[in-house]
Amino acid sequence: MAHQKFNIIKSTCIPIQIDNCNTDLIIPARYLASTSRDPKFFGDAFMHDLRYNAKGEPVDEFVLNQPSFCEAPHEGCHEIIVGGQNWGSGSSREHAAWAISGYGVRVVISSSFADIHRNNLLNCFVLPVIVSEAFQQELFASIAKDSNTMVTVDLPAQTVTNESTGHSEKFDINGYKKYCLMNGYDDIDYLLSQTDKIEAFENK
Amino acid sequence: MGKTLFDKIWDAHVVQKVEDGPTQLYIDRLYAHEVTSPQAFDTLRDKGIKVFRPEHVIAMPDHNTPSDQQETIHDPIGRNQVETLARNCAEFGIKHFCMGSKDNGIIHVVGPEKALSLPGMTIVCGDSHTSTHGAVGAIAMGIGTSEVAQVLASECILQSKPKTMRINIEGTLQPGVVAKDVALYIMAQMTTAGATGYAVEYAGSTIRNMSMEGRLTLSNLSIEMGSRAGLIAPDETTFAYLKGREYAPKGEDWDKAVAAWSQLKSDDDAVFDKEVTFRAEDIKPRITYGTNPGAGIAIDECIPTLDGMNESEQKQFLSQLEYMQFQPGQKLEGLPIDYCFLGACTNGRIEDFRAFASIVKGKKKNPNVVAWLVPGSWLVRQQIIDEGIDKVLEEAGFELRLPSCSACLAMNPDKVPAGKLSISTSNRNFVGRQGPGARTILASPLVVAASAITGVVTDPRKL
Ligand code: SF4
Repeated sequence: MAHQKFNIIKSTCIPIQIDNCNTDLIIPARYLASTSRDPKFFGDAFMHDLRYNAKGEPVDEFVLNQPSFCEAPHEGCHEIIVGGQNWGSGSSREHAAWAISGYGVRVVISSSFADIHRNNLLNCFVLPVIVSEAFQQELFASIAKDSNTMVTVDLPAQTVTNESTGHSEKFDINGYKKYCLMNGYDDIDYLLSQTDKIEAFENK
Repeated sequence: MGKTLFDKIWDAHVVQKVEDGPTQLYIDRLYAHEVTSPQAFDTLRDKGIKVFRPEHVIAMPDHNTPSDQQETIHDPIGRNQVETLARNCAEFGIKHFCMGSKDNGIIHVVGPEKALSLPGMTIVCGDSHTSTHGAVGAIAMGIGTSEVAQVLASECILQSKPKTMRINIEGTLQPGVVAKDVALYIMAQMTTAGATGYAVEYAGSTIRNMSMEGRLTLSNLSIEMGSRAGLIAPDETTFAYLKGREYAPKGEDWDKAVAAWSQLKSDDDAVFDKEVTFRAEDIKPRITYGTNPGAGIAIDECIPTLDGMNESEQKQFLSQLEYMQFQPGQKLEGLPIDYCFLGACTNGRIEDFRAFASIVKGKKKNPNVVAWLVPGSWLVRQQIIDEGIDKVLEEAGFELRLPSCSACLAMNPDKVPAGKLSISTSNRNFVGRQGPGARTILASPLVVAASAITGVVTDPRKL
């Protein structure tokens, strides 16, 4: 699969203020029976049981159905999720990352991520950005005040900026992963290039 | 400075440290199930590559398999997934324990009981409860589907090294208190993110005296506090459990293996990034009241009140209670329940069925309760029959079902209907986990058994 290369993303955000938002919530188990990786299928299932009630009608109060946030992500619009702490806990299902990426989101900002989900996001070319709790709360507050609040995520500089306050934070990412994201490279291609080292290890 | 158990196994598997990046770690065992593997095999096909070390890979379906019959799967989507796994295994030359065969079961039950998971190994699976296998003294981690493809293609994954934490549990467990209670207790103390970024080692006298089944339960639940892995140093209990099992080393190889495995423990002067200690005496039978496994109380306690919570904590707490249809300060003991589930990779082992049977023996299942008793594997089911436990269950009005993940997650026909209250030995009480709108209380096999008899949440010590 060809990956969209990463550089600087400047966009409005979707606030999903749920702490410990687990991957069962991000995509319920019944959508896991698919054997495809169709982005639309998984994007439509994103947060399905919070978005729709048992009859399949949209739940008006849920953020993704609110007039200010329901527009599907596209360049500059809703490409960033600001999530609650411990984002993506629970099941290891990569389908949760496919749902986020299939919905059109390219960055998830939180004060903390569950380890497996964080790796899954990176492998799906969605950038997880860890910020301080204070910065996370400020983002929620800015977005609550003005749903058009722009946030800039600058991967080369490793900074995230709340454009409405001008506040900015540095975020961590290792040099290898940064290179992969900026150049559209997969871990699997890297590993396949290392076969001699793997065989040397096996023969030790 | 000495090394921790985790460091010893990790260091022995480092192929290389990628410059300014993660570690390339060699994997000894990859387990694959039908849900998280199809897209990984597609990746291999897209790239036109083979499985690098097919002999390291073991596959079996478990999530979609029905527990009432296993002739066929009626749901075409679930059936397709199970058939896809079979096809992929045939195409790529991978050992496959197919649905209904005596080898099949939940991966995290089958792996240890066949001694496919051994001390000192690195073990991965596209499943968060892979942490279970850490109980034999291995590094066992859940991974995503992209990583499954990486392991299939190269026998390696790229991971940053986690920090280490030791959780000591000292003392003797009270009667009626089992490993599940220990895990639910630790989780309530640590919270669901308390071990994020860490690999945990469980130690202390309580663990040393714990059976292998109990240890597997404890390691299984490590992921519920965010831990990357949950290790227990192998000892005589481990060796006695593994010896003679199907894939265990035999004869001279066994002796050599035991000698090597005996070195697998944290050195006395090893330093952990974090260390915590709990007392076994403080632990009572536990239940959960909320929608994460850390939201739990002792069975005779009341749900917390809003006292001392800040505004955002109150909001999250109340939204959990709203879903569960509970009130702050409410006592759950004595509350009527609709469904009982014994099984899952948490509590689907022989010891769990013995414990359940010890409570229900000579009594009758409450007629208002639907009970699903689902062994974690065909081997467990056979053991249940060999020990005559099935007869005890039958006389008490219970039916023994077929091995499956069953009601642990709503992927197969065993779904708890919306609004119904279930008391379950599984590991997750998430919103909708047992079915859309289903409400789940997590508990030990003893608590679930006692509640199945009375029809209300029951302390097994009082039955
Ligand atoms: S029993 Fe439940 S937790 Fe265990 S592997 Fe199956 S679905 Fe996952």
